[in-house]
Amino acid sequence: MKVIKVGMADYKTTKSPGILVTLGLGSCVGIALYDRNTKIAGLAHIMLPSSLEIKNNSNKAKFADTAINELIKEMISLGATKRNIVAKLAGGSQMFSFSSKNDILRIGERNVQASKNGILEHKIPIISEDTGGNFGRTIELNSQDGSLLIKTIGHGIKTI
Amino acid sequence: MLIDTLNNVLLDVLKELGNIGSGNAATALATIINRKIDMDVPQVKILEFKEVSNILGDSEKPVVGIYFGMEGDIEGNMMFILDLQSAKNLVNMLYGSSNDDRDLNDMDISALSEVGNIISSSYINSLSALTGLTLKITIPSVCIDMAGAILSVPAVQFGQMGDHVIFIETQFEEDNNKITGDLFLIPEISSFDKLLKSLGVVQ
Repeated sequence: MKVIKVGMADYKTTKSPGILVTLGLGSCVGIALYDRNTKIAGLAHIMLPSSLEIKNNSNKAKFADTAINELIKEMISLGATKRNIVAKLAGGSQMFSFSSKNDILRIGERNVQASKNGILEHKIPIISEDTGGNFGRTIELNSQDGSLLIKTIGHGIKTI
Repeated sequence: MLIDTLNNVLLDVLKELGNIGSGNAATALATIINRKIDMDVPQVKILEFKEVSNILGDSEKPVVGIYFGMEGDIEGNMMFILDLQSAKNLVNMLYGSSNDDRDLNDMDISALSEVGNIISSSYINSLSALTGLTLKITIPSVCIDMAGAILSVPAVQFGQMGDHVIFIETQFEEDNNKITGDLFLIPEISSFDKLLKSLGVVQ
């Protein structure tokens, strides 16, 4: 089965069969979208919550708000129907514990919240998530069944 | 000023910072272990986010990240990151042992954070000397996890300013113990212009 890598601040889509992989999510969030009828899958690896907070926001894959819109557009152009799409989320951890006034270190939490808001705006249901904590995750979205495999170091492997 | 449009002047300044900083760090390490330490000329690198997770080879490979807050005239953070083998070499170097199979225990991690402290202080002192800014670092936080996840921390912070990260790659060597580490200097947006001005990169 073809394996497609999704980098940081990047998104990719595939038709079945195919696996979308993003390696080592930290405070970033992996947004996995899946159309159960057409088996079209999309995965975004976002870094920041909102394109509106940043001046230099041309890279749409970098922000939760813009990446979700683009990902849905691309899935629809491949033949997906919005009402059949479901979502899963992973990532958004806080890798370093810090008593800092700088809230960029709590960006994981904000990324998760922004991803949820963005997905719900499209009326797409979030059917499962594995977010938060203080560890990294590698995730694999399988377009055959929409399962999302989550691998960690020291926190086990699971499928959501 | 955006990282994406940074010029060669800044790269030269950072290279100079790298040279002085790792020179000082090597001297400090040599003093602690009482052995000679060789140092390679540091490389300054600028990468797109998509390439970031490959900095240490494999983005799922466990690495050690040592993270500091930077305070004073400039606010921001610094991160020193080592692959696990380098971290073990560093601990062996400190203890004068040669145990390659060791798992890092709490004492090792505490030793690593102390060395990270020395290395980062060496750079911050060089930066202070180059710019005339008063700077200090806070106590470190250590994390051992996937390279991609740890590298995402500086990447996200740089992400507020542009689409690239900038870092200094340093290599130290004592006998056959080779240590390769990457140092990220991450000013907050509000301090970035001030830093560039102090470095003489922008007017």
